[in-house]
Amino acid sequence: MAGQAPVIQLKNVSKTFGEVRSLSGVDLEIYPGEIVGLLGDNGAGKSTLVKIIMGFHKPDEGGEIWFKGEKITEWSVEKARDLGIETIYQERALCELQPIWRNMFMGREIKNKYGKLDVAKMKSEASRLMSEHMGFTSTAVHPDNSVLTMSGGEKQGVAITRALYFDAELVILDEPTVGLSLSETKKTLDFIQSIKKSGRSAIFIDHNIFHIYPAVDRMVVLDRGKVVGNYKKSEITIDELIESMYRVARTGSIKE
Amino acid sequence: MAKSEEVKAKDNAARPPSFWRRFGMQFGIWGVGIGIWLIFVFTASEAFTSKDIYLAFASSTPIFALMAIPLTLIVITGEIDLSFPSVMALATASFTKIYSGTGNIWLGLAMALFVGTMCGYFNGWLVTYFAIPSLVITIGTGFLFRGIELAWMNGSGVGLTDKELASVANVLVGRSFFGIANQFWWTVLATIVLWFTLNRTKFGAHVFLTGDNKISAQLMGVNVNKVKRRTFAIMGFFAALAGLVASFEVSYFWPTLGDGLLMNSIASVFLGGTSVFGGIGTVTGTFVGAFIIGAINAGIVASGINAFYTQVFFGLVIIISVIMQAVISKRIKR
Repeated sequence: MAGQAPVIQLKNVSKTFGEVRSLSGVDLEIYPGEIVGLLGDNGAGKSTLVKIIMGFHKPDEGGEIWFKGEKITEWSVEKARDLGIETIYQERALCELQPIWRNMFMGREIKNKYGKLDVAKMKSEASRLMSEHMGFTSTAVHPDNSVLTMSGGEKQGVAITRALYFDAELVILDEPTVGLSLSETKKTLDFIQSIKKSGRSAIFIDHNIFHIYPAVDRMVVLDRGKVVGNYKKSEITIDELIESMYRVARTGSIKE
Repeated sequence: MAKSEEVKAKDNAARPPSFWRRFGMQFGIWGVGIGIWLIFVFTASEAFTSKDIYLAFASSTPIFALMAIPLTLIVITGEIDLSFPSVMALATASFTKIYSGTGNIWLGLAMALFVGTMCGYFNGWLVTYFAIPSLVITIGTGFLFRGIELAWMNGSGVGLTDKELASVANVLVGRSFFGIANQFWWTVLATIVLWFTLNRTKFGAHVFLTGDNKISAQLMGVNVNKVKRRTFAIMGFFAALAGLVASFEVSYFWPTLGDGLLMNSIASVFLGGTSVFGGIGTVTGTFVGAFIIGAINAGIVASGINAFYTQVFFGLVIIISVIMQAVISKRIKR
């Protein structure tokens, strides 16, 4: 990894919502081919951090975002996705009244050269991806069906397939296993491994350390808006990690 | 493809939504339309079997249909516009002022469409920039636009009977093909253009996403505010067009132009199956809805029913249709 610029780098990023400081002075870099686990209690600022990386929230004055060694000045969701960052949100970010194909291509619809939407192609691609990559075969998973009729796992499947389709360089998974069955969870974890195999990067956020630890190369611990720990997997065992998480929750500091 | 789907369906595989699920709502609208038409054919056979009444629909209904169709887009984004009758008047007033000032018809027409579009854009800007509910702010702008127009015109109307205006009047509201009013063809054209916009452009796709779930759309990079501003601007453009059509139809610009059209347009949209909650709607449904409303107005009188009952009938049809849609959409969901 030496010599390679990080895919994404945050420098001194803070975020204040009114009186509440959600993030303060966060530095974070994700290298190509790296899977980083982001750990932290509820309210530690994980989701805010994700939304800043995605350009949904703007960081406070003084915070910088770098993409592949270049400082980004005008950051927006559209730009982040154009550069190859996709997120599978905790809240799924689906439009449930709309059919699957519209959700799959939300914000990045396929057009022909005259600007006309290629609806047939979007439908066939959505159908192909849902069955080939996710193995969904239930009656609800037809590209014309509205997302409303699907199960939680199938909805997550739409969100994952969407990230997959656009060949993202960096995939962010914000608590992707919440509300999923065992087999759906396994599918999601397999998806994270497939990201690594194809040499791309991911940020994996989960409450369950037992999901995170085996899947990642490095873990970043966030507490009350600050980065309090940063471990390579080789440096820490799962028991030590759990111990330090408890310590953080009690004292707010990772060091003894 | 179709064959493999059939085979898969047997073992619980991916299946398309049933015909009923997909088109149930559209059936409901067409059903209401045909039902009402049949009632009138039987109760007022004389009027409803002659072509005159259809020619009358084709000339009067487009005036509000032309605004109901773009209004559909606004309602799909989860907003509403109550100011368009005033936009009609202000835009048409601009035409009369520019025309009488410069004598240039084309400049006048361009100005009317420009003023209409700008009024709509202004509505959209207020709604998105200040995050004010459109239901409230467009009541305000409705009064504002109307007030500006009345003050500008000093409350008086303008005749549109100049010989120079005849060719424009002929294109807008002349009669062609078996005496059908041109405004009917303009309405058909508007339906086609806005159908394409809504269903075959990126902007149209974003209209649905914005109304369905604003936050999800934003998380996926849809600029929901830009989408809303554009739908309001489109509304303004069509309000101006409807204002010109309505005025040329009677060869006179009334400063009260637009009064009485608000409810007809809004009712057409909801009768046409567009959801009050946003995210769902069709322009073809609105087109049919508008003609149902036009038919009720004329049919009551032709059936020999006391005209005071028009509104009773009108109210019942709207209430029943909306209830029916609520029931259908609940069935469709599960």
